[in-house]
Amino acid sequence: MTSMSDLFSILIMQGFNGLSSFCVLLLMALGLAIIFGQMGVINMAHGEFLTIGAYTTFVLSEVSQRWAHWMQGSYFIVAVAVSFVIAAAVGLLVEHLMIRHLYRRPLDTLLATWGLSLIMQQIFRSTFGAKEVSATLPDWLMGSVQPTPTIDIPINGLLMMGLTLLMTMIVFIGLFKTRWGVWVRATTQNRIMAGAAGINTRKIDRYAFGLGCGLAGMAGAAFTTIGSTGPTSGSMYIVDTFLVVVFGGAQSLIGCIASAFSIAQAQSTAEFFLTGSTAKVLTLLTVIVILMLRPQGLFSIRVRR
Amino acid sequence: MGSSWQARLTKVTSNKELTSFLILAALLLVVFPLSMGIFRLNLVGKYLTYAFVAMGLVISWGYGGILSLGQGVFFGLGGYCMAMFLKLEASDPVATAIQSTPGIPDFMDWNQLTALPFFWVPFKSLALSLIAVPLVPALLALLVGVAMFKRRVGGVYFAIITQAIAAILSILIIGQQGYTGGVNGITDLKTMHGWDIRTDSAKYVLYFVNAFLLLGAALVTTGMLKSKLGRLLVAMRDKEDRVRFSGYDVANLKTFAFVFAAVLSALGGAMFTLQVGFMSPSFVGIVPSIEMVICAAVGGRDSVLGAVYGTLIVNFGKTFFSERFPELWLFLIGALFIAVVLVFPNGLAGLNREGIRKSWSGARKRILGLRDRWRRSSSSDAMPPAVKQDVKEAMR
Repeated sequence: MTSMSDLFSILIMQGFNGLSSFCVLLLMALGLAIIFGQMGVINMAHGEFLTIGAYTTFVLSEVSQRWAHWMQGSYFIVAVAVSFVIAAAVGLLVEHLMIRHLYRRPLDTLLATWGLSLIMQQIFRSTFGAKEVSATLPDWLMGSVQPTPTIDIPINGLLMMGLTLLMTMIVFIGLFKTRWGVWVRATTQNRIMAGAAGINTRKIDRYAFGLGCGLAGMAGAAFTTIGSTGPTSGSMYIVDTFLVVVFGGAQSLIGCIASAFSIAQAQSTAEFFLTGSTAKVLTLLTVIVILMLRPQGLFSIRVRR
Repeated sequence: MGSSWQARLTKVTSNKELTSFLILAALLLVVFPLSMGIFRLNLVGKYLTYAFVAMGLVISWGYGGILSLGQGVFFGLGGYCMAMFLKLEASDPVATAIQSTPGIPDFMDWNQLTALPFFWVPFKSLALSLIAVPLVPALLALLVGVAMFKRRVGGVYFAIITQAIAAILSILIIGQQGYTGGVNGITDLKTMHGWDIRTDSAKYVLYFVNAFLLLGAALVTTGMLKSKLGRLLVAMRDKEDRVRFSGYDVANLKTFAFVFAAVLSALGGAMFTLQVGFMSPSFVGIVPSIEMVICAAVGGRDSVLGAVYGTLIVNFGKTFFSERFPELWLFLIGALFIAVVLVFPNGLAGLNREGIRKSWSGARKRILGLRDRWRRSSSSDAMPPAVKQDVKEAMR
């Protein structure tokens, strides 16, 4: 019987590991679901916005370590907010300089944003060096909760989950309960009619892009609790994130959550039984096969085109 | 795009096309071999193998409108099929006598394999390997193409899924070290049917074989694109529904273009293995696949010969800058991506076709247009121009 309960504990803990990567993936995918699902822009530089958030958190951690000891305990909360703001600001700038000229050429946005991602990676490398860095987590985030003697649940994971839940709620309420959300959804479903009804579609595009990038920045802050940051940290997430969005049904936020959850969990569970790379291959392959059988994704909104 | 294409088709005489083909042939067959040593020439030969991929992208992306971000998969499969044969020949029982299991490739021995895996067995035969080079990628492309295009998955979704396939294959190759050679790839290739491919004379021969194959591929491709099929592809790219309503099976057309591109890429991959002497997963994944797309875009996405020039220029640039200014290279290629998309959407071929002056003025107009729109949007968030733009786009 002990082995059974051990296995159970392992499953719970492995499941929780899956939840941590689920949080990063979901925050990334929420941003991308807005940018790609709602606006049809393929943002290949989305991963680099995660990196922006991660480096922002690192810088703030260093600052609090060296000069501002009073914020050593609380810097992480500040970092989450600052990461959002910086990534969103860079996103708005990018939208203004580049993306808005390409709204009707989705495949070209792909190439241009890929170029952008290369440039951003090199900027990171020149600024922070090629070596990976990690933020120092405050003490209160380091411990773990033990509901039973055999189960360890890290506190930083709990915080991340709370954060992700909060952001998901905010995005949901924003999209479905506010006037701004109505504008965004109207623009997505029928851009011309939305424009004719007096919605400034350009403005909607701009802020939606900024919001998506900001969410990726926040994902970056969350990412620092599970891994160390390098210039290419973000680009490792880009394929997964796109698959999450497509798998969930590009325009459905519920689908986005469901698919982020299933992909992250499948991967972390499989990782326990197989090697990491086999687990990854199996997960991606399953997603692709399901997508070939059901190209519209798990959840899809029917819109007349 | 639509109307200018037709005008172009009638205006460009086949004479002009023939001339540019002959210029390319002279460049590849006479100028390069005479002006370079074998080291540089081998390097050019390596770049030219990427040109196969770029040419495939011209068909599928430039003409068919289907962007695949996983062409590295086919390049890699072709290359690996060739490399598996060469590796088996290089690891005969005599040469590998010190291994605990002689007669199997060294990396298998290091990974405690004691017998040749079943999928390696056909590659003992040169004939079967040469058949496998185009066949394996073609079958994969057929499978993916049929599965996706019959369900009318296209455009962006197709790009993302092919990208995921590229990620899967490279992770798989790196992870299954005992079967594939892992991240190092398949190395130490020596002879092909007894002929040493590492000597200078072999490198010369392989360069010319490669150049002839490339020129032949260019001829076949150009001929195909000039035929009804090429015009159907363009029609499909510009107004897919109309082609469908005219009674054509759009899915079959797309699948054909995709498979054709895959076979071309596989040829390039096999020639790469022969000329460079190894094959590794770094030519399979997402990054090389997208770099090949940018080669095609720089050359001009709808120009077969442009693809060759684009590949040569991008790769010369890459070698030159990454040797001398490694930090600068990523900035440059990134900027190149953005510039090609924003300012020169027709690439080098556009420059050539429209003449330097005209396309410079086109680029200038585009830059001024960007600036104007910038000013307009910064001064006021006026609604009407945006709506007008939307309606205009929708009418197209």
